Amino acid sequence: MVGIVVVSHSERAAEGIAEVAAEMAGDTRIEPVGGDGKGGIGTVPDAIEDAIDAAAGEGSDAADADGVVVLVDLGSAVMNADVAVELSEAEAVIADAPVLEGAVNAAVAATDPSATMESVREQAEAARDMEKL
Amino acid sequence: MSDDGAAVVAAVEAIAERIENERDHLTQLDSAIGDADHGGNMARGWAAAAEAARDLDDPDAETVAKTVGKTLMAEVGGASGPLFGGSLVFAAGELDEGITPETAVAFAETYLEKVEDRGDARVGDQTMVDALTPAVHAFKKSIEVDDLEPIEALAKAVDAAERGVAFTVPIRARKGRASYLGWRSVGHQDPGATSTLFILEEVLDVAADRLGVEVPETDASSPTIPDEDPDEAAEDGSAAASEDD
Repeated sequence: MVGIVVVSHSERAAEGIAEVAAEMAGDTRIEPVGGDGKGGIGTVPDAIEDAIDAAAGEGSDAADADGVVVLVDLGSAVMNADVAVELSEAEAVIADAPVLEGAVNAAVAATDPSATMESVREQAEAARDMEKL
Repeated sequence: MSDDGAAVVAAVEAIAERIENERDHLTQLDSAIGDADHGGNMARGWAAAAEAARDLDDPDAETVAKTVGKTLMAEVGGASGPLFGGSLVFAAGELDEGITPETAVAFAETYLEKVEDRGDARVGDQTMVDALTPAVHAFKKSIEVDDLEPIEALAKAVDAAERGVAFTVPIRARKGRASYLGWRSVGHQDPGATSTLFILEEVLDVAADRLGVEVPETDASSPTIPDEDPDEAAEDGSAAASEDD
């Protein structure tokens, strides 16, 4: 199963986005992560790395993991997620997508039994073209 | 403690002190074109990095560099955390055989490459890449082509970085928060390029101090064009023929 990580500068925003995406996600693992670790706005690579490992099911059912798709908000969150992807033992990619819409798309795509990390990423990135009006 | 490891710890302590002393200066540069947090973020990060480095038990150079990088990633925040810290963690692997002229060049090139990739920045974007690129190029050529003493190569790198910092003033920012200012960023010195220069200056000072030599008087300009291209020389192990006849 493909896991999903939602990264935001705000821990609460990450949790909220994960909550919205989880509505569509069946039993897909969605891990929110955000904040500077001290209650402020920011992101920390180590925390993102932990979230990637958790979404991959590292430890318990790592063999079952098909990779992780990471959704990010802005600026340094992208760079820190990039560092985390590099550090993590798990297979992970960043989706170049709006964070909330991308997370929802990724959650839906991940429920497909034949989903791969690439197919989930593609669906997340399709959210870039989403029209609302 | 290995000599190389101790040297890196000493350099990190010197950098932490320098950045603390320059905190207001860096903040002032960043308040003109950014969010006025570069001085405080860097001072906090390097102070924590110096502490983490001091706490290591008999570390080698790679371990110190990795530890410092990880601490910077966790403590600096913003884009500077992954750029300074993440690149250091990545490039630290080049020092696994200790610090030699060859590993130092490999470290410098890997670090620059990582900063460019991660920040998606090139020379002329008014970023730290403008200070780093000339420093790394001058260092590599001084070692691989001109066969200079490492300390002199480092002195040339520092001069090159200084010219790079000056270059950021009259150009327009294309990356980072300053790029939102568009043409209004012209005329401002980049804070990240400036702190990069301070770091290199401290590395040079500590290196000279540990070697027991004066910091060499030198500049990054070179009166001659060498016959040899460093990349070709590295590949063939022999000098390439000069083509400028």
